[in-house]
Amino acid sequence: MALSDKDRIFTNLYGVQDWRLAAAQRRGNWDGTGGILGKGRDWIIDEMKSSGLRGRGGAGFPTGMKWSFMPKQASERPHYLVVNADESEPGTCKDRDIIRHDPHTLIEGCLIAGFAMGAHAGYIYIRGEYFRESQVLEAAIQEAYDAGLLGKNAAGSGWDFDLYVHRGAGAYICGEETALIESLEGKKGMPRLKPPFPAAVGLYGCPTTVNNVETIAVVPTILRRGAAWFASFGRPKNSGTKIFCIQGHVNKPCNVEEAMSIPLRELIERHAGGVRGGWDNLLCVIPGGSSTPLIPKSVCDDVLMDFDALRDHKTGLGTAGVIVMDKSTDIVRAIARLSRFYKHESCGQCTPCREGMGWVSRMMDRMVEGRADIEEIDVLEEVTRRIEGHTICALADGGVWPVQGLIRHFRPVMEQRIADYKAKHAPPMPMAAE
Amino acid sequence: MNRPPSHEQPTRFAFDAASEAEIAKVLARYPAAKMASATIPLLYIVQRQMSRLTGSAWVPKVAMDVVAARLAVPPIRIYEVATFYFMFNMKPIGRHHLQLCGTTPCMLRGSDDVMRACHDAAQVKPGQTSADGVFTLTEVECLGACVNAPVLQIDDDYYEDLDYDRTVALIEAIRRGETPKPGSSIGRQTSAPDGGPLTLLDVAGE
Repeated sequence: MALSDKDRIFTNLYGVQDWRLAAAQRRGNWDGTGGILGKGRDWIIDEMKSSGLRGRGGAGFPTGMKWSFMPKQASERPHYLVVNADESEPGTCKDRDIIRHDPHTLIEGCLIAGFAMGAHAGYIYIRGEYFRESQVLEAAIQEAYDAGLLGKNAAGSGWDFDLYVHRGAGAYICGEETALIESLEGKKGMPRLKPPFPAAVGLYGCPTTVNNVETIAVVPTILRRGAAWFASFGRPKNSGTKIFCIQGHVNKPCNVEEAMSIPLRELIERHAGGVRGGWDNLLCVIPGGSSTPLIPKSVCDDVLMDFDALRDHKTGLGTAGVIVMDKSTDIVRAIARLSRFYKHESCGQCTPCREGMGWVSRMMDRMVEGRADIEEIDVLEEVTRRIEGHTICALADGGVWPVQGLIRHFRPVMEQRIADYKAKHAPPMPMAAE
Repeated sequence: MNRPPSHEQPTRFAFDAASEAEIAKVLARYPAAKMASATIPLLYIVQRQMSRLTGSAWVPKVAMDVVAARLAVPPIRIYEVATFYFMFNMKPIGRHHLQLCGTTPCMLRGSDDVMRACHDAAQVKPGQTSADGVFTLTEVECLGACVNAPVLQIDDDYYEDLDYDRTVALIEAIRRGETPKPGSSIGRQTSAPDGGPLTLLDVAGE
């Protein structure tokens, strides 16, 4: 059963209506925010826990639990909320729509989340390329200040909360939470070793929680309509609604908010006009942004779009960027282009990533041509296993998983490519007495 | 990731009044003892001023020294940030920066054709500036507008749902000094499916 409009949180996802405060309030934003804060920090965190919300930035960590890691008692160190709007995972363009079309869902969420974790200040770190989006966001924040919804005694709650926008400058790695914090402090975006986790030592050495835009933006509606309402969508432990970005070889690419655990096929056919050339023309799908391994059509036929169902197929929901590829796709080249992305975006701090992403990319470029030996497929697979899990952050893991997925499901295509190359480039006959 | 600075460097740089007004706003966002947080914002202000005054958006070395002095950090801290982040141009660029996404989601929707169109219409190869100084072309990584692929960023704006012909027309319009309407080039409502939204037909509000 498809999600109905009355249960959609992002009612201006496509920007049909105005993003400004007056229109946002008519859509229900900022309704009784002070009263929500009046129920107290513990109530908010408990409600978030019972809603089952898992982080929407890719890792899927339970949000209520993450908030509960912040110190309960105030100290001389201020607490910070940091919102990750560095949306850069190939295939992902959902936070952009929230920011440019529904910014007040995010701003209201920041106030509530900030209060729940004892923060009087929040920073929204937005990717530098989203320049127009950052202009909308800054204007929306100014509107909220002017209306008394931010600043001293925000929304009449008695809580003081300031919110700032900070633009990044074109580095995928800054989507990793500790790299983001480094960048916000004015440094190169190089991830920190954990522990200590940001909840103990984050921005400026202070307790900090970093949450994705979509995670924060769904909070006000969850608290208004109740945890049970949100938890009623999707399977247990995979609750809620989610923005999916459906793209690639579909007839009508689009973003859409749907219930979690919707079957992939229904998602594509109901909202994106189906696969180009029909379902049987499907080759494979990358289900959750570039870092998640592809799944072949046989899996796509009946897989559900949630964290656990996709994990069972050795992939993940990630950011829910659904990249659809039909049978015309050169799948080796499609994955090789992702390898080039990770090579470009490695921050260079850890050797397995700095050297490994380049090595994998060069190897994949040869695989595209077929200029390799069959045994090198095993070497490639082996090297990806040695990179995975041996770096400070997950960039390198995300860089090798697509290659592992390719080998797992399309090894025969790679072998055929190599055989074709060898047939075309037969070595010259050895000559006697050369 | 690090790129060496260009050698054709100006010898002096000073923020103008418009930039100073921006700087005052930026510095108010961070705790007084944490001014280094303003590094990226100040580098942006440098790059915008260069664009405003010289027609080329880039960050000269002498300007990095000015930023370092303003934020009271060693110059190396500014150099390493400026060279780490791709949006800072370390050498002069053309009046318009064409940044074409070539990552897989755009590739699947025909970014190869858009690259060819950029090359043909702007008379420029990737990584270079056209002989007339009007266009610099860069292949960039995912711009985060994947359901509207292929995407070409021109200066501050995204142009979406492109193909060869529409890209040529777009670049020719910019060469004529026009500012074509950003967003979908096929008239889509932002990220809704082509033909109009299938959801959100029944929402409160306006």
